[in-house]
Amino acid sequence: MVKLTVNGVAHSVEADPETPLLWVLRDHLDKTGTKYGCGIAQCGACTVHLDGEPVRACQTRIGDIGDARVTTIEGVSGKVAEAVRTAWRGLDVVQCGYCQSGQMMSAIGLLSGNAKPTDADIDGAMDGNVCRCGTYQRIRAAIHEAARSLA
Amino acid sequence: MLKVRQALETAPSRRAFLGGGAVATGAILLGFTLGGPRQARAAGGPDLTGGPAKPNAFVRIAADDTVTVMIKHLDMGQGNTTGLATILADELDADWATVRTAFAPADAALYNNMLMGPVQGTGGSTAIANSWLQLRRAGAAARAMLVAAAATRWTVPAGEITVSNGVVRHAASNRQARFGELAEAAAAQPVPQEPTLKRPDQWTLIGTKVPRLDSAAKTDGSATYSMDIRRPGQVTAVVLHAPRFGGVVARVNDTAARAMPGVLDVVTIPTGVAVIAKDTWSAMKGREVLEVAWDDSGAETRSSDAILAEYRERLKNPGIVASQRGDAAGAIGKAAKVLEAEFTFPYLAHASMEPLNATIERAPDGTYDVFAGCQIQTIEQAVVAATLGVTTDKVRLHTQWAGGSFGRRATPGADYFAETAAIVKATGGKAPVHLVWTREDDMAGGYYRPMVVHKLRAGLDAAGAVVGWEHRMIGKSIMIGSPFEAMLVKNGVDSTSIEGASDTPYALPAYRFEVNNAREGVPVLWWRSVGHTHTAHAMEVFIDELAHAAGADPVAYRLGMLKSAPRLSGVLALAAEKAGWSSRPSGKGHGFGVAAHESFGSYVAMVADVTADEAKLKVNRIVAAVDVGIAVNPDIIRAQVEGAVGFALSSVLRNRITLKDGVVQERNFDTYEPTRMSEMPVVEVHIMPSTTAPTGIGEPGVPVIAPAISNAVFAATGRRLRSLPLDPGGLKGV
Repeated sequence: MVKLTVNGVAHSVEADPETPLLWVLRDHLDKTGTKYGCGIAQCGACTVHLDGEPVRACQTRIGDIGDARVTTIEGVSGKVAEAVRTAWRGLDVVQCGYCQSGQMMSAIGLLSGNAKPTDADIDGAMDGNVCRCGTYQRIRAAIHEAARSLA
Repeated sequence: MLKVRQALETAPSRRAFLGGGAVATGAILLGFTLGGPRQARAAGGPDLTGGPAKPNAFVRIAADDTVTVMIKHLDMGQGNTTGLATILADELDADWATVRTAFAPADAALYNNMLMGPVQGTGGSTAIANSWLQLRRAGAAARAMLVAAAATRWTVPAGEITVSNGVVRHAASNRQARFGELAEAAAAQPVPQEPTLKRPDQWTLIGTKVPRLDSAAKTDGSATYSMDIRRPGQVTAVVLHAPRFGGVVARVNDTAARAMPGVLDVVTIPTGVAVIAKDTWSAMKGREVLEVAWDDSGAETRSSDAILAEYRERLKNPGIVASQRGDAAGAIGKAAKVLEAEFTFPYLAHASMEPLNATIERAPDGTYDVFAGCQIQTIEQAVVAATLGVTTDKVRLHTQWAGGSFGRRATPGADYFAETAAIVKATGGKAPVHLVWTREDDMAGGYYRPMVVHKLRAGLDAAGAVVGWEHRMIGKSIMIGSPFEAMLVKNGVDSTSIEGASDTPYALPAYRFEVNNAREGVPVLWWRSVGHTHTAHAMEVFIDELAHAAGADPVAYRLGMLKSAPRLSGVLALAAEKAGWSSRPSGKGHGFGVAAHESFGSYVAMVADVTADEAKLKVNRIVAAVDVGIAVNPDIIRAQVEGAVGFALSSVLRNRITLKDGVVQERNFDTYEPTRMSEMPVVEVHIMPSTTAPTGIGEPGVPVIAPAISNAVFAATGRRLRSLPLDPGGLKGV
């Protein structure tokens, strides 16, 4: 039995401590907004926040999380999250959308620590998030737009 | 109007198909007009009005005023749900804020793709093109029924009633009603068979930036993809597939796998051995300790290098003539200058972000529910039914949002549907089965863009004009051996192998296009823009070489050969103008390259701005011009072209699937790395105004990207990198 706090709610999960957080979120807690893309931290589709910091859920063992707060796309909130969500919708960033939970969690992480990211900052923070539909131009524009709206 | 070029398919075969094509359990016979609207019209093809207007099939108006548009296609990201709803809602004069969509069930009679005959399916960039008149007529008919209901209720002439934004009004008597108030009465009205359609100047949604209907659900985690289906009692299956294509199970030792926590069962199925568990992670861990010995006696055991060497050897011999005019060899023999080139193309995986998966659940009455990113519903339904031994009416499909496809979810044999059904059958249907392919399964599982080699030879006269063109290619046909063979392969020529080359719009006085069909055991499939993925590159890079050999401007040279192709020359001129072609940089590591190509009835030109030297190749900017007829949603069209660049760039720069002794070497994103944020160029998209019926844009952005970049690399460095992916070794010493 492993204890986890996800989106502010405490859970006890019947799973091996070695189990990746990704599969506990998706298969035990029905938080399916966090996506499986590669399983080897190469695509970022599974990005969630651990105490506000973006991590790849496919490489995060539940036994290592301890008291850290897990936040997923379903539960992320606050000014930065709202600005990102509004920008994503306003610019119609999504295509297939499968990677976008992870993209947004990475973008929220970036903007939470850097109110006015440059293009190079965006490259640095977002290069680990693959979008096979190729929506990068709009992701970049949406991050700049969210930064403007927060200024 | 669309130019009628050499018809790759003949009209009689199309009519035979449309009239008599049968989709039957176990014996699927069907045909696609994969060439899209252009070929369909050229061949005097299907009536795209869709017959009598069918408002009941395509629109539901509820008492709460919501208007639900039924979507007969798969939306794998291309945004067709928004576009299709826009078309209907405009004719209906609906309030866009009340418009919703729902994916239609499998029903080939109501929801067939009219460019695929009696088949419900999505592909060939046909969603908007085949639905355009059908949905306008459905929307207009529904509007007329609302008006008739209001006229009856208010006892006023229908001609005095207006409709706007979901409200029906009679100004003279100052009465009005919302759609929801009239819906029930409207449903009782007769369906007008020939409803009056709006004039283009009356459109309020078509041609505007209507916001995507899927943006909200795809930005809060609530959009349900096939991967997210959770049925009561559901189990997860992963399958250990043969390491080599064509390998079969010889012996299984599942003792260790069965002992793993969470593992419920291990079953052998035709495509491998399935480990069934309570959850995905347990199934994956169980598979790790599964021991299977494989019988490779019927398997493909060669390396891709060996297959490529065989292709080159075979290319020395003539192929089957796909098209020809005059005496190309004779003309080249007398030419002032002769150029030759070889282009090789690797296998490519689609690598959609959502790996393949599907869920099938047996209902207590022996019927089945299928939840997946259904792309050819008619085939998928038939294959599931055949595998489970029931008739197709016992199988219900529930199409979900698809996390990409790029062609992969549509296989002629519905491969992963059949695999899911086989597991359900092997387990007696006692629990809903969610089959999950891991990234490695998805990437190593075949159905690749074929490996292809093109060999070209052309002669120029003293003035630099082309006098003869010889073009020979080899690759594995997608259609030969598939249910489509009878319809789409003529005299050994698969039209999808050489589309975009053998029907070139360039004015070539003498030409000869030949095809060699390869037969290796690697499964191949359409990959976003099908044959155009390689033909456009070979054509557009070689044309560029000829232009340089002629001492001509590459844009002017092309325009000179496209005098009877106004829409293609139109986008070429527009892209060149917007990119600043006339003041482009002149080499020294920075160059512009151009390419133009028609596919699926849509015309796209791109200018690539590239900096390149021995150490680095960077695509800075892409300026695109597109002609897709009437632009139903200009913002989504722009998004598709931007996305096509991001999608295809990694295949220009590095992606390839290789085999070593029959085993696929690239198995995840570490060795088959998609384009990343820092590599994405700025993309500008210009849309040609048009009054022609709309065509598609899901695929047509892709073909010109590689040749535009390759031509820009030449302009920047003087080095001609022909084959894909571009070989950085070719820039050594620059």
